[in-house]
Amino acid sequence: MSHGNMNLTLKVWKQKNKDTKGRFETYNAKGISPDMSFLEMFDVVNEQLINENKEPIAFDHDCREGICGACSMYINGRPHGPKGAVTTCQLHMRSFKDGDTIVVEPWRSAAFPVIKDLAVDRSSFDRIIAAGGFVNINTGNAKDANNILINKDDADDAFNAAACIGCGACVAACKNSSAMLFVSAKVSQLALLPQGQIERQDRVLNMVKQMDEEGFGNCTNTGACEAECPKSISLENIARLNREYSSALLTQNKIHH
Amino acid sequence: MSKPGFASSSIGKKILMGITGLFLITFLLVHCFINSLIFFNDGGETFNKGAEFMGTNWLIRTMEIVLFIGIFAHIFLALKLTIDNRKARPTGYAVVNGGANSTWYSRWMGLLGTLILMFLIIHLKHFWVVSRFTDHITSGEETIFQEMMEVFENPLIVAIYCASMISLAYHLLHGFQSAFQSLGLNHKKYTPIIKTTGVAFAILIPLIFASMPLVMHFGIIK
Repeated sequence: MSHGNMNLTLKVWKQKNKDTKGRFETYNAKGISPDMSFLEMFDVVNEQLINENKEPIAFDHDCREGICGACSMYINGRPHGPKGAVTTCQLHMRSFKDGDTIVVEPWRSAAFPVIKDLAVDRSSFDRIIAAGGFVNINTGNAKDANNILINKDDADDAFNAAACIGCGACVAACKNSSAMLFVSAKVSQLALLPQGQIERQDRVLNMVKQMDEEGFGNCTNTGACEAECPKSISLENIARLNREYSSALLTQNKIHH
Repeated sequence: MSKPGFASSSIGKKILMGITGLFLITFLLVHCFINSLIFFNDGGETFNKGAEFMGTNWLIRTMEIVLFIGIFAHIFLALKLTIDNRKARPTGYAVVNGGANSTWYSRWMGLLGTLILMFLIIHLKHFWVVSRFTDHITSGEETIFQEMMEVFENPLIVAIYCASMISLAYHLLHGFQSAFQSLGLNHKKYTPIIKTTGVAFAILIPLIFASMPLVMHFGIIK
């Protein structure tokens, strides 16, 4: 890793676990290269902290190529920092100036409790998926590709919705901590395709119910989620979710117990 | 799995918010139309006829009750949503750069709504209470047009009315198109039309309303 000459002041949220109160701690990041990713800058700081026998900063990361959604950092008041349509690992230090002070916080939502420092527990998203974000298929040999014809526009919309990596930036950006963009992407992706029709009505009702139970807030259409989404998931999906939900509730021909 | 209650679900609440919002928008349109009759500048003759129709027609009187239900439902839901949304983020951010991802008025709908409610209380006291609960108008002592002229003599009241219309404009700027989104009415062809109509509505209606106290105060309409 090439070292550079950027010196930065970091104000990072430190919190032992979800039951303790957190606070900001100030760190100096020295010799940072503008070509480093934001996470690599954290690696440098952590290495230094370990060498000084201090506790490193806990943060989530995995693929470091923008597809896993793990790197949940709220940087200078925005999820994944100042750039649009990127994850934190895709944010580079050239987006900052030498001498900058950078404030880094975890995603803040009742449904995303802090595990430690900047790492949050996003298993609420997993439970929403488990409530309905799946299709039932026969196992056995894989079928030939493209043997079910799908309208190109629907296939494109489904694909764009399926680009959601479940990072939680929508919740972090939303002033109401609403998970509506995430849920709408997952519902849309399956509602648009023939394979998703069997569970279509149960899916939307159960996923919305789970979303509400997890303690996410209510959508007020500010559009902050769409603007901050690293995969540019469209607000059209939320409109589709609203439609799917009310039509399922109105037309589902069964009695719930 | 128990059936999720529509009105208590997050989507149910926003749909009800949208429906009540659109209903209040239709009210604004009717109210603006009737009040614009003052612009005939005939000493309020046409306007008074319009006001009398609105005050005596059974359908309008019934809708008046529905209107109050709509306003209270809109306010109640807004309060419920605000409280729930606060709970959804118990620890706030130290730094928030909201301007980078959304308009300020979409984030401050609650404040704008509160300002409109405060105006509404003053406004109802000025005209609705006087015409419904006193015999000031029905006894023929004064017409509603004369009452308007009197109220708008006070420059402070004129200023409050105009400032409140700015709150209304920004509330509508977000609310109009937001209501359609909440109802799931999003379409590649029609959504741009809805958005443009919303902007035009949000500017024109409050502008026409705000011009009324101004023209009366400065004696352009008399």
